[in-house]
Amino acid sequence: MRAAVRAADVEVGTELPEQTFVVTRADLVRYAGASGDFNPIHWNERTATGVGLPGVIAHGMLTMGLAGRAVTAWVGDPAALVEYTVRFGRPVVVPDGDTGAEITVRGRVAAVLEGGRARVDLTVTSGGEKVLSLARAVLALT
Amino acid sequence: MALDPGLVGRSYPPSAVYEVGRAKIAEFAAALGDPDPVYRDPAAARALGHPDVIAPPTFAIVVTLGAAGVVLADPDVELDYSRVVHGEQRFTHHRPIRAGDRLVATTSIDAVRTVGGNDLLTTRVDVATEDGEAVCTAHSMLVARGGA
Repeated sequence: MRAAVRAADVEVGTELPEQTFVVTRADLVRYAGASGDFNPIHWNERTATGVGLPGVIAHGMLTMGLAGRAVTAWVGDPAALVEYTVRFGRPVVVPDGDTGAEITVRGRVAAVLEGGRARVDLTVTSGGEKVLSLARAVLALT
Repeated sequence: MALDPGLVGRSYPPSAVYEVGRAKIAEFAAALGDPDPVYRDPAAARALGHPDVIAPPTFAIVVTLGAAGVVLADPDVELDYSRVVHGEQRFTHHRPIRAGDRLVATTSIDAVRTVGGNDLLTTRVDVATEDGEAVCTAHSMLVARGGA
């Protein structure tokens, strides 16, 4: 049986393990195919700079998905994540090359709600800058 | 060009059925680099009480992105798509999406605003099974950045 976070285990201030994810251009291509979002700003430098971006950027939904991974890995059963909201603040620029970009996810329980629910607020950064200006997950715990 | 506030509340016919496959869920989990067996192994999913493998929480975008295309195709919605970025995203899950689901998505326009020369359009996509069981609601806010 895997570890699972229970309602009794959390209180305001409980911190999630920090996670860092590396995103390369190859990851963007893979995410484009899996999600169906083939917007060229996520794989074509010419298009990205042509619309005023600093370079190819990660799909916002990929950043949201990676931040969600930090939550579901901690909570145990991904089905516990019943509400998930993000606001995209700043794009994650993914340079060409093997190192890519790093996305770091920190989280803490910001509120304990009724019915075994808890709200986790996430801080998601890349290159030291916040890329999601808001990211919160509501968990239904047992 | 400012969006017409009268678009708020407009809804579109339900989508065709989207049938959720195990392989598609596994592909999506791999694209997130997520090794969780609950996305791949039916036995691992059953151990958590799910009838089959479940999808990562943001998998719903696969269903809702396609469905929300009806808004972008609506000639009354005058957005400059070359300047559109994703502003906000929210998923409310009534239960996880799982392999074998036959899903229908119904899209509507939830909000229209103009802020600082940018057009903000929020769509709402309600995802339910073919039999009418509510599965997920997705709110997506798109921002069309105003020209210089």
